[in-house]
Amino acid sequence: MQSTARDFKDNAHAALVDPNLQDSLAKLKVGFSERRRQAAERLPEFEALRDRARDIKNHALANLDFYLEEFERKVTALGGHVHWAPSAEDARRIIGELCRSMGARTVAKSKSMVAEEIALNEHLEALGIAPIETDLGEYIIQLRHEPPSHIIAPAVHLTKDQVADTFLEHHRKLGFTRRLTERNDLVAEARYVLRQKFLDADVGLTGANFLVAETGSSMLVTNEGNADLSNTLPRMHIVLASIEKVIPTLEDAAVLLRVLARSATGQESSAYTTLNTGPRRPGDLDGPEHYHVVILDNGRSAVLGTEMQDMLRCIRCGACMNHCPVYGAIGGHAYGWVYPGPIGAVLTPQLIGVEEAGNLPNASTFCGRCESVCPVRIPLPSLMRHWREREFERHLTPRAVRQGLALWSFLARRPRLYRRLTGLANRMLALFGRAQGRYRTLPLAGGWTRFRDFPAPPPGGTFHAQWRGRRS
Amino acid sequence: MTCLVDLFRPAIGFAAVKLLEEAGCTVEVPPLQVCCGQPAYNSGDRATTRAIAAQVIDAFEGYDAVVAPSGSCGGMLSHHYPGLFDDPVQKARAENLASRSYELMSFLVDVLGVTKVAAQYDGRVTYHDSCSGLRELGVKQQPRRLLASVGGLKLSEMESPEVCCGFGGTFCVKYPEISNAMVGEKSADIAATGADTLLAGDLGCLMNMAGKLQREGSAVRVRHVAEVLAGMGDQAAIGEPEGKR
Ligand code: SF4
Repeated sequence: MQSTARDFKDNAHAALVDPNLQDSLAKLKVGFSERRRQAAERLPEFEALRDRARDIKNHALANLDFYLEEFERKVTALGGHVHWAPSAEDARRIIGELCRSMGARTVAKSKSMVAEEIALNEHLEALGIAPIETDLGEYIIQLRHEPPSHIIAPAVHLTKDQVADTFLEHHRKLGFTRRLTERNDLVAEARYVLRQKFLDADVGLTGANFLVAETGSSMLVTNEGNADLSNTLPRMHIVLASIEKVIPTLEDAAVLLRVLARSATGQESSAYTTLNTGPRRPGDLDGPEHYHVVILDNGRSAVLGTEMQDMLRCIRCGACMNHCPVYGAIGGHAYGWVYPGPIGAVLTPQLIGVEEAGNLPNASTFCGRCESVCPVRIPLPSLMRHWREREFERHLTPRAVRQGLALWSFLARRPRLYRRLTGLANRMLALFGRAQGRYRTLPLAGGWTRFRDFPAPPPGGTFHAQWRGRRS
Repeated sequence: MTCLVDLFRPAIGFAAVKLLEEAGCTVEVPPLQVCCGQPAYNSGDRATTRAIAAQVIDAFEGYDAVVAPSGSCGGMLSHHYPGLFDDPVQKARAENLASRSYELMSFLVDVLGVTKVAAQYDGRVTYHDSCSGLRELGVKQQPRRLLASVGGLKLSEMESPEVCCGFGGTFCVKYPEISNAMVGEKSADIAATGADTLLAGDLGCLMNMAGKLQREGSAVRVRHVAEVLAGMGDQAAIGEPEGKR
């Protein structure tokens, strides 16, 4: 996917003036966080489970090579194949070749953020293969030619009315000429349109929430059951996942699933949890003849062993964005690439470069709400700060910020001079702001006074000046 | 003393001193302290932050407790300083300072065991939980507990007191439009309570919210919680001219 992260500020502006988006965001903000809160409250050991989830992922990351190789051994023993893709391009090529080997004309896909990351759909289309999204949200945005705006709810930026219009536009030629207004009717219509396509697909492609080294299984959770159609009906099943998805055992998966669903949607568990363990065996009633797992690195292994490693614990629950006031104001598209919200602000600079995505880790107040809900306790604000440090080291910080900072730090290291200047500033601001008590405009403070008044200090001098006066 | 309080609202500093003295503390304000270094820290300038932190560590050497009327400055000292240093001697000094550093409300209630104050404030107030105080330092019940002992004061909680007001230090001028959307939501939340006064424990957030409320023409008055607890709630509120009550 082509990044627009560089244009973050323009994207954010567009988002803030889009009434449909603001409507959708207003619902998202209360809905998700309230459901998560209730789910966490209903489970007394939730906080302890978060610790365990963090430890499981840390252990897996510390021994990543071992568990990945173990996973490969198991898959191979089951009759499947594992393919290693160092880059996005490698992954695209491998998947393209697999599809061609089946003479595939269509691929039934269930939701996969990694597929978005490697821009798989564009690649398949270029090869003359039609990707069919089986997840409802993904299907809607595919019709609209939009990227997902949320990692678990890709069409969350749209209102029901927008979806109704999209369906009418695209389904009319299939004979559906009535504009639907009820949610259930929309779902039923999509299901009807999609079902036949599932049956015709030559290849099914799914993502994975976890790759279980112990058994060689890939595990996937959905609420629509669509993944089960993508992986049982077609003759070939391709699993696409990134390296950090591997975990040691099924028991570990059970712990992670418990925190995943609660953090994501407030459910105790997702409606469908599917384990795929190799191709169809003799005697199995269904399942694919061919089973392939494509494992993508794409820059991730470079953070292993660094201060940034914690980002790889992410289990993609979406809680950080559901609770982020910045995401809540501007939605996912403004972030300009595949992963939005706090995890996007940390991951995107790693995957596409901090030169391109430098705004993302800066556009945070460090309010810490993301970290407080992250099921695997990723210190997201600290990781964003680390990005800011790298930008600063590499002189990528905007010039005005650098100069302001240089002046300020010059003064901050000279307490006496600092005291004299703040005393002066205090007196000036107090004097000219005396009548109103505040300023509607202030030189050099346009960023502030465009939207807010600036309070003037009351007369009498700085605290330090007054304190000296009182105590002497 | 935080830089913002020093420069823009000394009353908060005097309120903090009063509360601490009433609780039996001897209060000193080292004259050579400056900023705690957050602007550099959050802009990615570690070297400057370290230099400033070293200066702060020197300035507060020898005191039993270091108390700031701010969760973000208190949190900077108590949670972030130790991580700045690799040198073991400096790190140990930073850890020592961290273990003695507190946010005012938490120091009064959790350390000194203060349960009530002798103050009067006739009005309906609502309280915003500033982010660092709340999530780094666990400041939530302490100010509410003390406010409950203020005569005439009624607390009306807003819908989402824990959601960030959009200040975020340099964030509010780097991304003014997003910050504005956030503080706009906050001001709507405040208005919905029907409170006549907004309180919080961090001047940065207070200036942000006061500025927005006043730009919108709201009559809600904005004060630091320490001012009300210290019985100094009759001074002109933040952004109001002297002489107006
Ligand atoms: S960073 Fe944490 S909260 Fe955000 S998506 Fe990943 S696991 Fe969920």
